[in-house]
Amino acid sequence: MKKNLLIAIWFTLVTTVIFGLIYPLAVTAVAQLLFRDRANGQLIERNGKLVGSRIIGQAFTGPGYFHPRPSAAGTGYDPTASGGSNLAPTNKNLLERVRADVQKLRAENPNAAIPVDLVTTSGSGLDPDISPEAAEFQIPRVATSRNMKQEDLRALVQKHTKGRDLGFLGEPRVNVLELNLELDSFRDGR
Amino acid sequence: MSANGWFQIGLFLLVIFLITKPLGVFLARVFSGQRTFLDPVLRPIEKLIYRLTGINEKHEMRWTEYAIAMLLFSGVSMAVLYLIERTQKFFPLNPQKFANLEPGLAFGTAASFTTNTNWQAYSGESTMSYLTQMAGLAYHNFASAAVGIAVAVAVIRGIARKETDKLGNFWVDTTRCLLWVLLPICLVGSLVFVSQGVIQNLRPYTTVELIEPQTVQVTSADGKTTKQTVTQQIIAQGPVASQEVIKEFGTNGGGFFGANSAHPFENPTPFSNFFQVVLIFAIPSALTYTLGRMTGSQRHGWAVWAAMAVLFLAGITTAYWAEARGNPQLVGINQTQSMVQSGGNMEGKEVRFGIANSALFATVTTDASCGAINGQHDSFTPIGGMVPLINIMLGEVVFGGVGAGLYGIVVFVILAVFIAGLMVGRTPEYLGKKIESYDVKMAMLAILILTFTILGFSAFAIIKPFGTSSISNPGPHGLSQVLYAYVSSAGNNGSAFGGLSVNTMWYNTSTAVAQLLGRFFMIIPVLAIAGSLAKKRIVPESVGTFPVTGGLFAGLLVATIVIVGALTFFPALSLGPILEHLLMAAGKAF
Repeated sequence: MKKNLLIAIWFTLVTTVIFGLIYPLAVTAVAQLLFRDRANGQLIERNGKLVGSRIIGQAFTGPGYFHPRPSAAGTGYDPTASGGSNLAPTNKNLLERVRADVQKLRAENPNAAIPVDLVTTSGSGLDPDISPEAAEFQIPRVATSRNMKQEDLRALVQKHTKGRDLGFLGEPRVNVLELNLELDSFRDGR
Repeated sequence: MSANGWFQIGLFLLVIFLITKPLGVFLARVFSGQRTFLDPVLRPIEKLIYRLTGINEKHEMRWTEYAIAMLLFSGVSMAVLYLIERTQKFFPLNPQKFANLEPGLAFGTAASFTTNTNWQAYSGESTMSYLTQMAGLAYHNFASAAVGIAVAVAVIRGIARKETDKLGNFWVDTTRCLLWVLLPICLVGSLVFVSQGVIQNLRPYTTVELIEPQTVQVTSADGKTTKQTVTQQIIAQGPVASQEVIKEFGTNGGGFFGANSAHPFENPTPFSNFFQVVLIFAIPSALTYTLGRMTGSQRHGWAVWAAMAVLFLAGITTAYWAEARGNPQLVGINQTQSMVQSGGNMEGKEVRFGIANSALFATVTTDASCGAINGQHDSFTPIGGMVPLINIMLGEVVFGGVGAGLYGIVVFVILAVFIAGLMVGRTPEYLGKKIESYDVKMAMLAILILTFTILGFSAFAIIKPFGTSSISNPGPHGLSQVLYAYVSSAGNNGSAFGGLSVNTMWYNTSTAVAQLLGRFFMIIPVLAIAGSLAKKRIVPESVGTFPVTGGLFAGLLVATIVIVGALTFFPALSLGPILEHLLMAAGKAF
């Protein structure tokens, strides 16, 4: 008993040094060497300012931008408070929230069915993507607001649509931040 | 449901099948002290650890000493974690200047990580310093996984050995597991994750300027709503990848961030997601092969594997079906699966994973005692959310936690051969060992403690205001939330119906107690069984011996698991998810 207690104390200390300090620090060093950009969160710079991370969603509400999904992280897309709404499918608050969003979206584009991902919050509250269907749904609004042709926008969405990984893993998706940044550069360029 | 979704699920099971033998053989070699290709590097480190800590690697332990060593290590390392949490602001690697944790949360978290549960009443990105994450939490991901595997190996030895009271050395098994099994895969795996976009740094959080500043409504503590303009986003950073890989590979499940594997920095791509589910099942699946190899009955190992695979397929089919159907109460919305959207119930799910991979992750993480999530189980449909609940209720023996799944299934194997013995009127035998009253009593004790813990705590919480005040979803779903909390705690899973506010004195304490009971009152009876089996003589096989191989045995094993689970938990399930499902179909909301 006493012998095993002593071992337990020393064993905890020694293995904490190996697995709690040396291991993560070694991985950090190698990761910073091999994949510097990815290890640091794929930050995007525009005009000398950091404007976001490629894989963390950001809120957009103006008519000239593609909108991401609703977010339950903090006041919306807050990476220091990641998480979902945790509303049950039978919770009235969920049904009411969706009903309000449906009304808003129907006014924007009365001709198409509303894709489910546009009215549901993600698990992280930071989902960087929308489905290609959800991007297509927003094309008329963005086109009107930016005075652009729908075909041009469709080509741009196509360009930012990522297929399934290796052709079969996951789902096709459109990165909202990257798409909107290109939209802005389009305007700045002209 | 889509063909592509089923293809991903089928491929996943195929990959698990293919790694079972090679990894199982490797585990058997490591724990039998045989040479492996890693010896030249790891053997010197192993010897150094033994010298520094005073471990005598030749010493063999009886089951009682094995259990005591296990308890002492768990106790000491839990105390160290508690101390780290309570003093984190005095240490470096705390760029966000997080305060020390208050005692209730610190105790709950320490119990949770020591027992391989990783139940989290906090959000990592707003609570834990990088040092606490690395040396406190990620360390316990390694330690608790190694302890679980060591116990499983001791149990296998108990079945395999004869006429001895020795089960091996706890310290040696734990050390070899840490060095040979966990460390190499984690070093490689963490870099695979970084290559996908999982972050790994020690920087302070990054502030970025929003492209389009947002006006948001903020509700203050006194209930007033004010409008505020948000112009910046603060992006959390940290050493995530090194923790991510052991979180899955050790079936721990404690996320670096609150959103766990739904967070793009923890699980950025469908590929990283696939890698995560494979890591979760890898060791539990391989241990069935190790069981077969070390006991000299490979066909028994495969029969156990087959029983697990059947239960896995039943779970994923149900969950995928339920989630793909979507929520019938959301009207005017397109929930149909197509080439351009995954459709289905997307509340709480990520676009890049869609329905198939969210259902798969939820099934895998609860079949095993992992508890990581890539979508919010609380927002699953009633039936889709019932699958994780049932998976944990069955004792997490569908592959199960690392080690825990194997010693859990051994309990059910003993029950199954006991029931078979009763049916044919012979003394039950398991791989040549007579199963006697002591062994069956210990097996039943393990099952009953789990049951009492879950149902006892849930029943108490549901009639007390301090239990029900934490419920966020009214109606039958509220019962599911409370039930899930204790199922997940006692089963050492750690996933949650996350709407329940669990950072309260009652939930922090009661879930911690449930976790400790579920962990150690499982391990101790199981080690007692191992000690008892090791002492027995081998009875030669005869015509009357019930075979523990083949389809008949696998079927009996599945039936035993399902019947025990159903008899125990069906009443609770019928008042929670089943009732909610019927009410949802009838158009009711709460």
